[in-house]
Amino acid sequence: MRNAFADEIGKLATDDKDIVLLSGDIGNRLFDKFQQKFSQRFVNCGVAEANMTGVAAGLAMTGLKPVTYSIAAFNTHRCLEQIRVDLCYHNLPVTIIGVGGGLSYAGLGYTHHASEDLGALRLFPNMTVLCPCDANELRGALRAAVTHHGPVYIRMGKKGEPDIHHGVPDFAIGKGLKVKEGDDICILGVGSILSEVLKADTLLTEQGISSSIYSFPSVKPLDEELLQKVFNRFPLVVSVEEHTRLGGTGAAIAEWLVDTYLSNAGAFLRLALPDKVFNEGGDQYYARESLGLTGKQIFDKILAKVKIISK
Amino acid sequence: MTDWTINELERIAAKIRGEVVSMSYRGKAPHLGSALSCVDILVAAYWGGLNIDPQHPGNPDRDRLILSKGHAAQALYAALAYRGFFDADLLATYNQNGSCLAEHPGPRCLPGIEAATGSLGHGLPIGAGIALSGQMRGRSYRVLVVSSDGECNEGSMWEAAAFAAAHSICNLCVIVDNNGWQATGRSADIMGNSPLADKWTAFGWETIEINGNEIDQLIEAFKYKPGTDDKPFAIIANTVKGKGISFMEDDNNWHYRIPTQEEVLLAKRELGLK
Repeated sequence: MRNAFADEIGKLATDDKDIVLLSGDIGNRLFDKFQQKFSQRFVNCGVAEANMTGVAAGLAMTGLKPVTYSIAAFNTHRCLEQIRVDLCYHNLPVTIIGVGGGLSYAGLGYTHHASEDLGALRLFPNMTVLCPCDANELRGALRAAVTHHGPVYIRMGKKGEPDIHHGVPDFAIGKGLKVKEGDDICILGVGSILSEVLKADTLLTEQGISSSIYSFPSVKPLDEELLQKVFNRFPLVVSVEEHTRLGGTGAAIAEWLVDTYLSNAGAFLRLALPDKVFNEGGDQYYARESLGLTGKQIFDKILAKVKIISK
Repeated sequence: MTDWTINELERIAAKIRGEVVSMSYRGKAPHLGSALSCVDILVAAYWGGLNIDPQHPGNPDRDRLILSKGHAAQALYAALAYRGFFDADLLATYNQNGSCLAEHPGPRCLPGIEAATGSLGHGLPIGAGIALSGQMRGRSYRVLVVSSDGECNEGSMWEAAAFAAAHSICNLCVIVDNNGWQATGRSADIMGNSPLADKWTAFGWETIEINGNEIDQLIEAFKYKPGTDDKPFAIIANTVKGKGISFMEDDNNWHYRIPTQEEVLLAKRELGLK
């Protein structure tokens, strides 16, 4: 995803002279081309995310469109108050990019996990929170973000995420994207975990369970129209995200479900990370497995729920 | 540099001080000592130091002032009103329900307010961004961030200090209202602020130290021309907290105390006001 980001931001900056890229001393060599082409519009802000966010606010106040780039954990929690006060309070068009979202950097330790970022940022007024599933969707999300009149957070993976979409989808803030049509249940996948959802889908199909699958990148605002449709249509709706089960997308959908009266809503299953620290060495797949979010584990949990509902 | 004599400016400062004391009383709002210590800084900035025009507060080439010590908003509101940015009658609504003059300035709440502040350590990074944007776009405006010795406790101040020097953001100026106090004690004791000027110099800033309650010294300091040595500019303005009112001067109780009606009258008499 990060190579797609570097490529796409270069293209966008070619067309839009107001785009400025700020890096928190991250992305070694990644932005060489951007720097060569737009030396005045690339600023390495050092390992100082609070200042970088404030600087972005100042740039945006004068009509520029800054994009800040750092590791997801650092570009969110580390500068949370600057996001809240400088960006959200002023409602400024700044795009915050978090690279290595979720458990992408599993083995680097909890310091590098971004498993509370979506929930933390969606609390703030004026904030838009996006979590694209692959490099194609990231390009769409980035295009939408730099033309949006307010702060946007985009959580990326790092590299090598499997492609879900063929080409850049028709991305819009507040809209889910259909990946596959099915009849029995609905699964909403948030971010790169969608590749595991598709593995689960293969196993569900073997059991004769047909799933409608959506990529659900807009954590805030939610695609309420889509939610209304799928909760009315399916006896079971499942959300899957690489984020703590507290406060994330599943929680946002649950809040929506409680606040919205649907006379015949389907059951809702939230699959997310447990409320615990992952504190071992290992890669992203190992971490997902340890915390219950591989394709097989997603399949097992969905199947168990289907059996309960079918009784 | 300025269309007013020093005597006239001192008279304006006295009126603003009287207004600030009344606002604190009427609005039942604290931080009087902090507001009083920076009145002369604001007068010197708005009455000659900065390139501003109250009739055109959105001019893209204007100089910007950010009150990063947002808790001194009373002084900022009074200064902007007296300078003609908005109707001085609005000052009577300060801290009232539904007023646009909250205890800390909100975003775009009034003409002349460049940034919402209130949480310390935000104004300098924002100011650095505005100044950097000016450099990127070839505009010649300057950005003045009014900070305080207490605010220098915040790490983001020093992130911004290092950043601005590294990137030669020489159209950025910080003025530290160095009144020696923060909320609950002496700044030197709480976070070892001294020697403050040396810290800014060590961070790569052109630094001077002046008496921040002397308007002529302030106006002289604001004459700095950015770009001569590519360094951002720091003014350590040594001030007296509660300046101008004898029974408030250097008494940190006035960080939180609200004056009584009698004290308001007493203060105004001392300031030579009705």
